[in-house]
Amino acid sequence: MSDIVLKTENLTKYYGGVHALEGANFELRKGEHVAIMGDNGAGKSTFVRQITAVEQRTSGKIWFDGKEVNFAGPIAAREAGIETVFQNLALADDLDVPSNLFLGREKVLFNLGPFSILDRKFMRKATEAALIRTAVKIPNLSNTIRHMSGGQRQCVAIARTATFASKLIIMDEPTAALGVQETMQVENIIRTLKANGEPLILISHNMRQVFDLVDRIVVFRRGRIVANLRKQDTDGNDIVSYITGAKTGEAELAA
Amino acid sequence: MAQTTHGVGGLSYDAKRRTWPAEFNVFLALIILVGAFELIGRVFLGDSFLFNTRANVDTIFNEARLQIIILQVSIVGIIAIGVTQVIISGGIDLSSGSIVGATAMIAMSFAQVATVNGNPNPKAIFIEQGWTDLPVIVPVLVAIGCGLLAGLINGTLVAYTRIPPFIATLGMMVTARGVAKWWSKGQPISFPTESFAAIGKGLMPVIIFISLAILFQLILSYTRYGKHCYAIGSNEDAARMSGINVKNHKILVFVIAGILASLAAVVLSSKNLTAQAGMGVMYELDAIAMAVIGGVSLSGGRGSIIGTVIGALIFGVIISGFTFLRLDAYYQEMVKGVIIIGAVVLDQWRQRLRAMRA
Repeated sequence: MSDIVLKTENLTKYYGGVHALEGANFELRKGEHVAIMGDNGAGKSTFVRQITAVEQRTSGKIWFDGKEVNFAGPIAAREAGIETVFQNLALADDLDVPSNLFLGREKVLFNLGPFSILDRKFMRKATEAALIRTAVKIPNLSNTIRHMSGGQRQCVAIARTATFASKLIIMDEPTAALGVQETMQVENIIRTLKANGEPLILISHNMRQVFDLVDRIVVFRRGRIVANLRKQDTDGNDIVSYITGAKTGEAELAA
Repeated sequence: MAQTTHGVGGLSYDAKRRTWPAEFNVFLALIILVGAFELIGRVFLGDSFLFNTRANVDTIFNEARLQIIILQVSIVGIIAIGVTQVIISGGIDLSSGSIVGATAMIAMSFAQVATVNGNPNPKAIFIEQGWTDLPVIVPVLVAIGCGLLAGLINGTLVAYTRIPPFIATLGMMVTARGVAKWWSKGQPISFPTESFAAIGKGLMPVIIFISLAILFQLILSYTRYGKHCYAIGSNEDAARMSGINVKNHKILVFVIAGILASLAAVVLSSKNLTAQAGMGVMYELDAIAMAVIGGVSLSGGRGSIIGTVIGALIFGVIISGFTFLRLDAYYQEMVKGVIIIGAVVLDQWRQRLRAMRA
């Protein structure tokens, strides 16, 4: 139990009469990278939204970092150590890279309430360190996000996540809108995170990417977890069968 | 060495292709405008716009003109400092001119003398209560209180009722003007104490304007409040998701704008030695125009106080320049309008150019 970072038990979410998520039992161990796959509307994003408390679950239990948790909202989840890269990135276009990395948690020199003086030097140094650690390439930190490519934006968002999450990172389709090279850059960051032993949940539709990057694949279908497979025990066709429903039943790890 | 590996991760970064700050372009526009007036003056009037041509005065520049350029925009400039912060945060404030009117009336009635030329002050509002000849701090604090209250109402409406800032502050604009007229039943309020009159005397408005501009430029650049202004203006959802208290921030921005408008009211009524219900009409639009000319984006997230100050100077140069060329004041208004449109069009071109190069 001690090496389990995140555990959910019978996690369920109903939107009125729609059963978006039903009885999800999920575990994530330290240093593990898990992919969540499934068709559109299978419940992947719903699952993530319950964990990050963007929405409140209908029923079920969540343990995080050894304790049962009931986050009041996404900020509480983030403070506990769950960082999420949202599909819409959540970056401020007119601010530069350090400001975005520290958005909402600026380091200050003197605390004067809202008029606290920012420690710009520290934030810039920390940003450089974070970008080197995640191997993100940004030509000029002082450029605003508005003037960056989609890949660079995604890298900034991920670097921000990686800088502050000591415990768990969740990425919701981080490469969905990116070109080939930019996708490679993002995948390299994920590899770096793996090497650093930081646990990660990756939502992706990209079969190659998933088999390249993660240890374990969880398949959602119609709001239920229908497969939970180690990468070496399965292949693309097998996963597709679960996604489309050609194969049914809950395939559990033989552990 | 044009190409340097300056960037993190070893990507090359060409410092020469760095884009200028927006303020630089505005400053260039100011210089071109001054140059144009100088040229026209020399050619058609045989007089200089900027430099001293009188033999009996020993200065390089025409200092009287320089003073007037700044002095005539200082009071609206003080308002524009607050309006700039509101616009950067993604809002708009139409109420500042009316707040000036209401605040001037209320503050002035606490700044009156008891006797004028040995007779009781005929205009004194609170003479029966004995609230005359009060120390100057009283009317100033009353003014700040008025601005704070108006800003608090504006901010709370915008933050908590989801009324667009345009509508919320339009309501305040009408209401505050009503307060200004109701306060003394339309009568002007005059005869302030000497210490109150000193606030707006001579170049004091300029000193107050420039001090406040420097203070708030530093706040915008170096404090958490400033950072959050830009963050909320460029992506409110991102700011909220990042844990910024957007509601409280909006209230604070409008409170600051309200207080700055009330300070402008103090300076204006002190300078004029009287307060009238019609004071500050159209000031809100002039203040917005100064900000827009100075490169503040109406969609939020971009701009600076320095830009707004330069925008205010452009306003001052136009007014002085037209007087210098002995053109009718009617032309000033027309040209002001053209310049506002031109500034926005130029800014959009510039943005598109940058996006293409990036």
